[in-house]
Amino acid sequence: MDVQNLVNISKNARIDILKMVYNASSGHIGGAFSAIDIMVYLYFYKMNYSLENFENNERDRFILSKGHASAALYTCLAYKGIIKENDLITFRKINSKLQGHPSRKLTKGVETSTGSLGQGLSFANGVALGLKLKKINSKVYVLIGDGEINEGQIWEALMTSIRYKLDNLRIILDYNHLQIDGFIENIKDPRPTKEKFESFGFATFVMDGHDFYDIDKTFKFADQVKEKPVFIIANTIKGKGVSFMENNVDFHGSPPTKEQFEKALLELTNV
Amino acid sequence: MFEKKSSMRTTYGKELVNLGKKYDDLVVLDADLAKSTKTELFKNQFPERFFDMGISEADMVVTAAGLASVGFKPFCSSFAIFLTGRVYDQIRNSIAYPHWNVKLVSTHAGISVGEDGASHQMLEDIALTRVIPDMTILSPSDSTMVKNLMEKIYNYDSYLYMRLSRNDVYDIYEEGTEFNIGESFIHGIGKDITIIATGQMVSKALEAEKTLKKEGIACGVVDMYTIKPLDTKTIDKILNISKGILVCEEHSYIGGLFGAISEYVVRNNPVIVDFVALNDTFGESGKVEELFEKYGLDKDTIIKKGKSVYDRI
Repeated sequence: MDVQNLVNISKNARIDILKMVYNASSGHIGGAFSAIDIMVYLYFYKMNYSLENFENNERDRFILSKGHASAALYTCLAYKGIIKENDLITFRKINSKLQGHPSRKLTKGVETSTGSLGQGLSFANGVALGLKLKKINSKVYVLIGDGEINEGQIWEALMTSIRYKLDNLRIILDYNHLQIDGFIENIKDPRPTKEKFESFGFATFVMDGHDFYDIDKTFKFADQVKEKPVFIIANTIKGKGVSFMENNVDFHGSPPTKEQFEKALLELTNV
Repeated sequence: MFEKKSSMRTTYGKELVNLGKKYDDLVVLDADLAKSTKTELFKNQFPERFFDMGISEADMVVTAAGLASVGFKPFCSSFAIFLTGRVYDQIRNSIAYPHWNVKLVSTHAGISVGEDGASHQMLEDIALTRVIPDMTILSPSDSTMVKNLMEKIYNYDSYLYMRLSRNDVYDIYEEGTEFNIGESFIHGIGKDITIIATGQMVSKALEAEKTLKKEGIACGVVDMYTIKPLDTKTIDKILNISKGILVCEEHSYIGGLFGAISEYVVRNNPVIVDFVALNDTFGESGKVEELFEKYGLDKDTIIKKGKSVYDRI
């Protein structure tokens, strides 16, 4: 694993995400920055996924259940060559292929449309179940938000993952502790978090969602698990990478001002 | 006029089995109602292709979308109330918007659910599914029709909603009659009025038609089993001949077939269009025929309303 390469991709992705949201005057930087390192690891190291195979049933799949982190997904797809890098700047604009939340019909490489929270895990279960029925050995990675687990459907879906022993599925929780209205602990406290998922029957892991070595170690452990689905709690920081955006709920769904944009760009460029 | 009755949902279950034998990619999901929706027949034959998702309809329909994405053709079933109203957002955002080929087949649509009462009597499912872009909606009137349509539904390359009844319904059509998605069955078009009916209101409309004809009203009946896309070809034919239309459906008059036809007629060739349908109300517990009578979905109401349309043309 070339960690420096992954670090560079993440750096570029954060800069592009910042530009996309600034240019669109809307979008979700905080949750894109908390998730991007995990997504870069999956797209540029872990997954069997490329321009050549991205429409084959044998590909690994990444499903962004927390669809508001769409900008992060689009940068990955662009760097993979699935969509045009030039299109990134059209994000959230009229007539764009890059919708505010991912649209399967409009954007190549988007596994399914997401944005209405709580539904991507059920979709991922269906994919994992279907791959098993077809005896295809590919993996399904699904990223859910920690605010998203307020949704009841997530818990319905968790029971489905367990019921069908979907060991080809890895659920990753972007545990950044913030949702629009504030700290998740003040809204619908999920704690004890790890114990909850363990008690459901998942092989549960905790990792640092910004440390490629730890991410890699965790996914390698996950690959040893049989007969059980894997649940990974990724400790992350909302807005990771820009000092004044980190752990700041103001950057959940609001764009930066011109001043903030320039300051953030400077910080991200000088890492 | 009609004597024999049969169960559309049993026909549905049997046809799932027949199609399952022919097609390996057909999978079936249910939400703890397999005994009632009759998907149990498929479950018994093909347990490895049947998924009981438990009482979690939202999870069920989106799991089906995932299965569709790897190349399966999923059929999802539950009661109409749970398969549409409860999961409107999942159908809209995870099936229709990404365009996954999932077939939604409900049973227990309408007030004919009977004794279970209003919480289980779905009178708004056509309205809810009709507003979803590109949704196809079928509302068959008898078991022969269900049998004939099932393979066409399997082969139909888009998402689709079909509503079936709990109770047994009169056999209207002879075995071998052909039906097609997008079409209607024209029993007749009247010079005075035409009754456009759907679901189990069709047999009632055909009975009412006899009385209306005896009383000198030139009347016909069209079985509009495709609700969306609206069969405007047939409606145009009716508009060329009839001076008034009466729409009969076991559904709220708001947003259902009456709504669909009115929306079309009003901007093309306006004639009087009236309805026999639920009048913006919830149902209640009771026997099927008692409910049809109390809520104005019986033969006598169709006759009364038919005369009323005739008087106004």
